[in-house]
Amino acid sequence: MKSIALTVVLILGCLLVYVAQEFPGFGDPGAPANVHVSPFYIENAMRDTAVPNMVTAILADYRGFDTLFETSVIFTAGLACFFLLRVIRRRAPESRLYRHIPTDLTIRIEKGGRLPASSAEFQRIDSVWVPYDLIIHMTGRLIVPFIQLFALYVIAHGHYSPGGGFQGGVILGAAVILFALCNNLRMTVRRFSERTNALLCSLGVIIYAGTGVMCMLLGSNFLDYGALAGLLGVDRIMARSHGIMMVEIGVAIAVNAVMVWIYYNLSSVGRQDEGL
Amino acid sequence: MFWQIDLLISTLVIICGIGALTVKDLLGAGILFGAYSFMMCLLWAVMGAVDVAFTEASVGAGVSTVFFIAAVFRTSRETKD
Repeated sequence: MKSIALTVVLILGCLLVYVAQEFPGFGDPGAPANVHVSPFYIENAMRDTAVPNMVTAILADYRGFDTLFETSVIFTAGLACFFLLRVIRRRAPESRLYRHIPTDLTIRIEKGGRLPASSAEFQRIDSVWVPYDLIIHMTGRLIVPFIQLFALYVIAHGHYSPGGGFQGGVILGAAVILFALCNNLRMTVRRFSERTNALLCSLGVIIYAGTGVMCMLLGSNFLDYGALAGLLGVDRIMARSHGIMMVEIGVAIAVNAVMVWIYYNLSSVGRQDEGL
Repeated sequence: MFWQIDLLISTLVIICGIGALTVKDLLGAGILFGAYSFMMCLLWAVMGAVDVAFTEASVGAGVSTVFFIAAVFRTSRETKD
């Protein structure tokens, strides 16, 4: 059976390589992809939208529908992880580990025992993996704000350099995940709760779709940011640039929340109690 | 275009891909997959698709590796090979 599968894969691979010979060469100006619609974008992107980074202009303006539904796909992925993994039902814990901070002793409290209140003296620790490393803790604390600042730069600077909502949102989410890795999941969930996550996910998609609807209300097509000119007090070209910015912010918020949400559910098998 | 860099990165991509498929340890497979994503990111950058490279670096090599490791962390070893 294995050899048949290998043969089939090899034949298909050879076929793929053979067919790929027919493709136009890399950067060939006569290639179909380079003669149909690309010249229009290259010639008009800067004039139409005042965005030097053509990729951003195409992604959020000319191909705004695509990006809207990409954002919806990411939103759906977050929701799917939630519905598949999340365990809402609360059950009594079998045993919990606590650290008594003044004496640095670890205490195990068996099922049915009285749990200490979360205070300055007792700190709850995970039963499977106990991170207690000052260096990791402090490095994480130092580096997280800079990662977040860089993410904001990536979002805001998407018009001029590589980057934009998706990348910036992922980096923002990665900062929160790093915080969770350096400390623990409970602390992170307390600071960035699941409710906030769910709200931010929807808010991001709503900002994107709302920008489009606003254009419609102002008497233009869906996601035709030029209609926002009167509202923003700029000409139509700058309005398109600002519209791209609004949309990118929506994408960033949604992606950020979804990444953190997936991480919460994945690392703790849906309990959001003890995790990586 | 430096064909030497192209060849080196393409070779590493294939090695990382095959390694991620064949290695027995799931954690190792996850990390090899991260390395694969990073090599793909370099390949995009070499080809001039900087935006795609950035996305690949942040999503593929960054967050999805963490997701893989978080999922592997919750598995248990069944066989002894």
